Amino acid sequence: MKNKYSIFSLIKNAFSNHENWQRAWRDPEPKKEYDAVIVGGGGHGLATAYYLAKKHNLTNIAVVEKGWIGGGNTGRNTTIIRSNYLWDASAGLYDHALKIWEGLSQELNYNVMFSQRGVMNLAHNLQDVRDLKRRTHANRLNGIDAVWLETDEVKKFCPIINTSQDIRYPVLGGTLQKRAGTARHDAVAWGYARGADEMGVDIIQNCEVKGIKRNGDAVEGLETTKGFIKTKKIGVVAAGHSSVIANMAGLKLPLESKPLQALVSEPVKPIIDTVVMSNAVHAYVSQSDKGELVIGAGTDSYVSYTQKGSFNIVEETLKAILELYPIFSRMKMLRQWGGIVDICPDASPIISKTSIKGLYFNCGWGTGGFKATPGSGDLFAHTIANDEPHKLNAAFNINRFVSGDLVDEHGAAAVAH
Amino acid sequence: MFLISCPYCGERDQSEFVSGGEAHIARPKQPTELNDDQWAEYLFMRKNIKGIQFERWNHVHGCRKWFNVARDTSNDKIEKIYKMGEQPPKI
Repeated sequence: MKNKYSIFSLIKNAFSNHENWQRAWRDPEPKKEYDAVIVGGGGHGLATAYYLAKKHNLTNIAVVEKGWIGGGNTGRNTTIIRSNYLWDASAGLYDHALKIWEGLSQELNYNVMFSQRGVMNLAHNLQDVRDLKRRTHANRLNGIDAVWLETDEVKKFCPIINTSQDIRYPVLGGTLQKRAGTARHDAVAWGYARGADEMGVDIIQNCEVKGIKRNGDAVEGLETTKGFIKTKKIGVVAAGHSSVIANMAGLKLPLESKPLQALVSEPVKPIIDTVVMSNAVHAYVSQSDKGELVIGAGTDSYVSYTQKGSFNIVEETLKAILELYPIFSRMKMLRQWGGIVDICPDASPIISKTSIKGLYFNCGWGTGGFKATPGSGDLFAHTIANDEPHKLNAAFNINRFVSGDLVDEHGAAAVAH
Repeated sequence: MFLISCPYCGERDQSEFVSGGEAHIARPKQPTELNDDQWAEYLFMRKNIKGIQFERWNHVHGCRKWFNVARDTSNDKIEKIYKMGEQPPKI
């Protein structure tokens, strides 16, 4: 049984210089056999394991992770959470996640620092205005909070934005989702890991999957760097490496893996208390609790697994940031990094069964998976446990690329996701 | 970030080029005879290889010509550049 985190445990541990905190999760060796194995110990994978144990009583399960948990895209994203998607299927999926976010810290007894500071999306041309207004209406019909802001209201909400009409891409208005915001990405992985571990889930780090053993149309187990693990159900949540794992099982996915970059500035005093995204000029910015500006750049045009991107992509983003926020002109950037994102042709995820019995994929989150972490884990756990999708992820099956029933968020969400 | 040797213009920065994705996906000769699975395979399914991948590139800010590249996607090292219509090299 894990000790509960509280103000009292904090005070108690302060007396022993914080040296006697209980381990948040064990470091077990893999067993010979599990009822299910999740491949990938990022937020989505750990959340899947947590909900499998919590809601479906599957506790003889493991999460295998090539590196350390939360060290991939979970620790590399810009932590934006929102649910203002255009299509009904997406709205259902992302708002399901947002609703779980709202109570997640309490549920996990782990402060994920979810902060509903609002996300504002800017419009810079007439088409943006039309698209964003349409999206606002669609959101409201789906019960998602969204308002349209005129340029002066944008300025009022975030005074440091340059709303001069003389700039190359003037701000013509924007949308605001007040329930949206940010969370602490590492804490999400750690909170779910701790919760899953408490229910008996084995979290096995430094364990890379090398092969998937099949017996005809069904899976039999996984070859890993820590030996063979027998299991009848494998849930793959490997983000940028999904195609690599799929290839081991002889499957092909509609994915392309590309580097996506982000960067943070030196820490400064509070200057921007919301998240501002601008798809047209591809600049989005928020401020972390440490005071760093967190800036998201774009993806490169080519497939790469290098976890670094091209310099010109960063340069473009910073140009746009500087035009929109002249106040940042003398800020120094502190760190820059890349993550590998797996992008579907329609920019919507896949949470689905496959043609192989017992093999499930949760992938294709592209540039915007962090926001969906709790919902994705919940729905993927449902899909694995019941061998059937939940109604909220039914549209996100892999077969949509055959039937043509795509959930085209590329047009709706544009680049910044 | 890397350099690409355009077969027509010589070595240039990658930012002058745009990737056209996986190469050697031939357009079906008889599109009307394809079933839905075959269409999905042609339109959407990609190898997305970690390792040596054959892909198309266009020198969009230069000569605007297409050509093929064999590139290791795990380290962005270019192994071979060859023209459109040529067979992929053995690597």
